[in-house]
Amino acid sequence: MLALAIIVCCLAAIVGYITAGDKSRSRVGWAVGSFLLPPVVLVLLLALRPLQLYGPEGAPWRRWLSFRIPLTLFIVGLLFPFYWMIVTSVRPDNELYRPWNAANYTPFWTLRPTLQHITDLLSETLFTTWMMNTMLIAIVSTVISLICGLFAGYALSRLKFPFAGGIGTGIFITYLVPQTLLFIPLADIIRNFHLGDSPWALILTYPTFLIPFVTWLMMGYFKSIPKELEECARIDGAPRWKAMAYIIFPIAVPGILSAGIFAFTLSWNEFIYALVFLSSPEQKTVPVGVTSELVRGDVFYWGELMAGALLGSIPVAFVYSFFVEHYVSGITGSVKG
Amino acid sequence: MATIEAVTPRAYAGTPRRGPVTRLLEDERWLSSFLLMPTILLLGLFIAYPFVKGVLLAVTDTKVGIPGGFVGLANFEKLWHDDIFRTAVYNTFLYTFVTTVFKLVLGLWLALLLNRHFRGKAFVRAFILLPFIIPTVLSTFAWKWMFDPTFSVINWLLFHLGIITGRINWLGDPDLAIISVMVVNVWRGVPFYAISLLAGLQTISPELHEAAAIDGARAWNRFRYVTWPLLLPVTMVVVLFSVIQTFADFQLVYVLTGGGPANHTHLFATYAYQIGVGTGLLSEGAAVSLAIFPVLLLVVIIQLVYIRRVETI
Repeated sequence: MLALAIIVCCLAAIVGYITAGDKSRSRVGWAVGSFLLPPVVLVLLLALRPLQLYGPEGAPWRRWLSFRIPLTLFIVGLLFPFYWMIVTSVRPDNELYRPWNAANYTPFWTLRPTLQHITDLLSETLFTTWMMNTMLIAIVSTVISLICGLFAGYALSRLKFPFAGGIGTGIFITYLVPQTLLFIPLADIIRNFHLGDSPWALILTYPTFLIPFVTWLMMGYFKSIPKELEECARIDGAPRWKAMAYIIFPIAVPGILSAGIFAFTLSWNEFIYALVFLSSPEQKTVPVGVTSELVRGDVFYWGELMAGALLGSIPVAFVYSFFVEHYVSGITGSVKG
Repeated sequence: MATIEAVTPRAYAGTPRRGPVTRLLEDERWLSSFLLMPTILLLGLFIAYPFVKGVLLAVTDTKVGIPGGFVGLANFEKLWHDDIFRTAVYNTFLYTFVTTVFKLVLGLWLALLLNRHFRGKAFVRAFILLPFIIPTVLSTFAWKWMFDPTFSVINWLLFHLGIITGRINWLGDPDLAIISVMVVNVWRGVPFYAISLLAGLQTISPELHEAAAIDGARAWNRFRYVTWPLLLPVTMVVVLFSVIQTFADFQLVYVLTGGGPANHTHLFATYAYQIGVGTGLLSEGAAVSLAIFPVLLLVVIIQLVYIRRVETI
């Protein structure tokens, strides 16, 4: 067994030595790395082996290996870029532009935090305008999508009408169409409609990727509401639309909230339509403004960029932190339907 | 007789009079067309129409401001011989395949870890989703700064761990650049996979595991024969969904490398942007982005067939 393991490791080392490639990479380094690869994979497999799904059990070392260490690594890996963003945005310039191999490079903290980048960002760029633009566009397109998606979801899950199957499939397919497939002809259409460089270009186009998602989510939600509730109201003499608006929609509020929060974050995140349809700096959204105005040619204003990234994430993070459960059910609803 | 008539209640006396609109909306067909109208209008105007227009644009030689004439499939033929386009095709497939495998494995692993009971679980779950909710462009800038050749914290870390001896130019070397983009994509995608798969895991009844354990199934077999088959439907949907998103990705490459160095890291979307918006060759750009369509179609067909099969069972 041990001999076999050593042979495998040596083979890996030889492969590593041969594939090391161009001169800039050290062949010995690659050989050593490849030699270590099989044991690392083995340890990982061992870590995964006790795939106990309900509570950690077994010896403490195994619990550390199979649960605590991997989970800690995941958390650190997933959150480190945000920590880095925060540290960078309060780091003074003379510390920021110090090469990583300088003797006094302090990577993980700063002794002289400054708010200079944030005040520069707020006073010398149009950042607040971008925030207002993004907020307006995200809210209005979310509301439009919620109304359309709520109606469509109700019709598709509750009513019988010709072509219901076809329309349902059609909406599902648009759910899968990525924005990058359509942005060039759509830019042309926006120009023809004289909507270019105005928030309306985005308010009207964002619902195209939000409505299918909201419809999909609401269809799933409506299916979980018993039909009898509506029938009771109908027997008591309520017209059909009143039974829908006053009985079913109020019950669906948690679903609407999930869909709304998810749609809001999606429209805050959207990039390519905003990049192509808007041109003047005072019309831009946060992601586009940060990308195009804080990078001049080859010069990156890193402090301001990170401050912008941080502040630009706050509204989304804020909404998210209040409605984590709704957001999670939005994600899971988006894939389960 | 007259007295009897007087006490007979009028039929439906309590029902209020209904206007013509209300009466019309009693009919399911009218109500449904009223409810679906705004959706169909918006989707038709900004999805179906641009799609048709995109196809029509791709068979002309239109440039910005210059309406073009019909040229047939010349644009596609030109792309076929275009080295940058070929690189982009190769990159897109490689990028989608590699990142999907990593996202699935790591996401499943994380979901299995999160499916256990431990203190602070809700807290951890909430924080882990951050990479997915923070606007992609903004978090990608944090990565770009971490990849900066002169100021990179990653280089500092690797140097002090003794793995490298000199500086590594993450985004300057073609191979390393595409790997860097993949790393960021995996970083952003893992939480989505983990949370979706976690939701799938939570629908699997613990009794199934207990029964399998009593029958003597070991951990791996319990996973292989109980968890995995029950998780497969959710996994399928998550993977297909993410494949489309990854295949059509734009933001990561646009911010991290802009398609460089020397056009080595283009994907379909970034190359379409460079040609269509950067150089103004609208028709060729439209042709490049239409190249996404066959893959999209394939995924949609798999999705529809799969859903139909699940529903009929």
